[in-house]
Amino acid sequence: MKKIQDFKLKTYQWLNDENYIFTLQSEEDIEAVEAGMFAEIEVPNASDVFLRRPISVLDVDYDNKSLSFYIKAIGKGTRKLGTLQEGDPISLIYPLGNTFTIGNIRSALIVGGGSGIAPFVMLGRELKEKGIKTTFLLGARSKEDIFLTDEFAKYGEVCVTTEDGSLGEKGLVTQHSLFSDGSQFDKIYTCGPDPMMKAVARIAKERSIACEASLENMMACGFGACLCCVTPTSDGRNLCVCTEGPVFNTQELAWSI
Amino acid sequence: MVDLEIKIGGFTMKNPVSTASGTFGFGEEFIDFMDLNRLGGIFVKGLTLKNREGNPYPRMAETPSGMLNAVGLQNKGIDYFIKHTYPKIKHFDTQIIPNVNGATVEDYIAVTEKINEMDGIETIELNISCPNVKEGGMAFGVSCPSAVAVTEAVRKAYDKTLIVKLSPNVTDITEIAKGVEGAGADAVSLVNTFLGMAIDAKTRKPILSTVTGGLSGPAIKPIALRMVWQVYQAVNIPVIGMGGIMDATDAIEFMLAGSSAIQIGTANFMDPQVSIKVIDGIEAYCKENGFSAAKDLVGAMITD
Repeated sequence: MKKIQDFKLKTYQWLNDENYIFTLQSEEDIEAVEAGMFAEIEVPNASDVFLRRPISVLDVDYDNKSLSFYIKAIGKGTRKLGTLQEGDPISLIYPLGNTFTIGNIRSALIVGGGSGIAPFVMLGRELKEKGIKTTFLLGARSKEDIFLTDEFAKYGEVCVTTEDGSLGEKGLVTQHSLFSDGSQFDKIYTCGPDPMMKAVARIAKERSIACEASLENMMACGFGACLCCVTPTSDGRNLCVCTEGPVFNTQELAWSI
Repeated sequence: MVDLEIKIGGFTMKNPVSTASGTFGFGEEFIDFMDLNRLGGIFVKGLTLKNREGNPYPRMAETPSGMLNAVGLQNKGIDYFIKHTYPKIKHFDTQIIPNVNGATVEDYIAVTEKINEMDGIETIELNISCPNVKEGGMAFGVSCPSAVAVTEAVRKAYDKTLIVKLSPNVTDITEIAKGVEGAGADAVSLVNTFLGMAIDAKTRKPILSTVTGGLSGPAIKPIALRMVWQVYQAVNIPVIGMGGIMDATDAIEFMLAGSSAIQIGTANFMDPQVSIKVIDGIEAYCKENGFSAAKDLVGAMITD
């Protein structure tokens, strides 16, 4: 059930000067969180930040009553969230949104770009537990922007593309050789910048592979009250990304791919 | 025991706290967070005659102490509300107040006539102040003759309490308030959002797909409070105040300025339990300050 819950900042793990993982701990039990869900995180002590920030859950630890989030500090809200002190109170509204669906598949490709890798730790773990062969394909501008590869390696093969060629294959994710070497996947999951997700969805469509994308639209509330975060569907409806998503079958979206 | 009951025209709310249209869905979105039965009323999401998909994304921009929205009255239409939504919320012990919208006077009348036939609905809020639709909406609320015309037409089609929601995007809001009072409104609610805009300097593009949108949140509170006070002095019908109320103290200020009841809007997005806190806070304030009834706060600002 959705709820407002008080947490305290437990730890930061800085990946570089603008990417961090923070772990929040509560005195209460953690609600059930599944891969793809997000929380609306209060930005404490920030007079210039008005709204909460919707952030995908990176991982959950029910025993320690903690949730962790991977955050790229690109705006004033996400930068401010990186300046808390250990023990600072922080309020979450969670769990929000839907989840990835797995179904009857034997192999999966996960394509993540930028902070879009966050939901794939939990998804990768779930796929491994179900015995599904999983390949991770991470794309970024440069090797300094590729994170969590050790974590993903626990659940499957990890492939990388960088635009400058500093790590893995040079180019965009859609130019990676796994798309041309005869690799077969029953399903593709993607999260990241819109152009990347659309390019991935286009490949999936051409090859008749099921594809789910997790969208990152701007939100005010996160639970279906404000109707600000909509995405249009191929049949002309506007769906709330927060409640009908954030995960969508890419065929349903008006992406003209 | 503090008496929290408030009367607006012919209808009664168990307390002065309600939620503003467009910020509370149809109530269902908040069931996990709070007990809807505690609310004085729920002004549900704006309704139109036919289904509307609203404006394209992006529809929202965060601003200093507030936000702009350009949702554009996305809703499934009045028939869907009557058939599917209302049956799911009518059992709650709170006033469900439809917010009525239209592109033409005929639209407003058609929606109102359908609501007039509904059991359990005692009042409507006539929205002549939505800034985010191309036709109708705020166009009716920014000129006195058109505000009067649509109010008169809806008055003829509706037997029960008629609240008219006013736009702040006018030179003198008291003129419009007096006009709709003369046209048969039982109460006025104010303010709707202020027309504003936001630009992304990096891309040199507007942030909202519609360029302009409606500003809400604490950024507008002092202006809304001033307008409530002016309208309270100008008319003899109850005023329902709103505009950037974030807590009980804000709500009490609106009541002292002349609001018989208040609506909580944007604050619901950050704290979906805020309305309950405001109810409790008004009761506590009354106790601490010797008010036996919340209605005694209305217009009780001390000016001498």
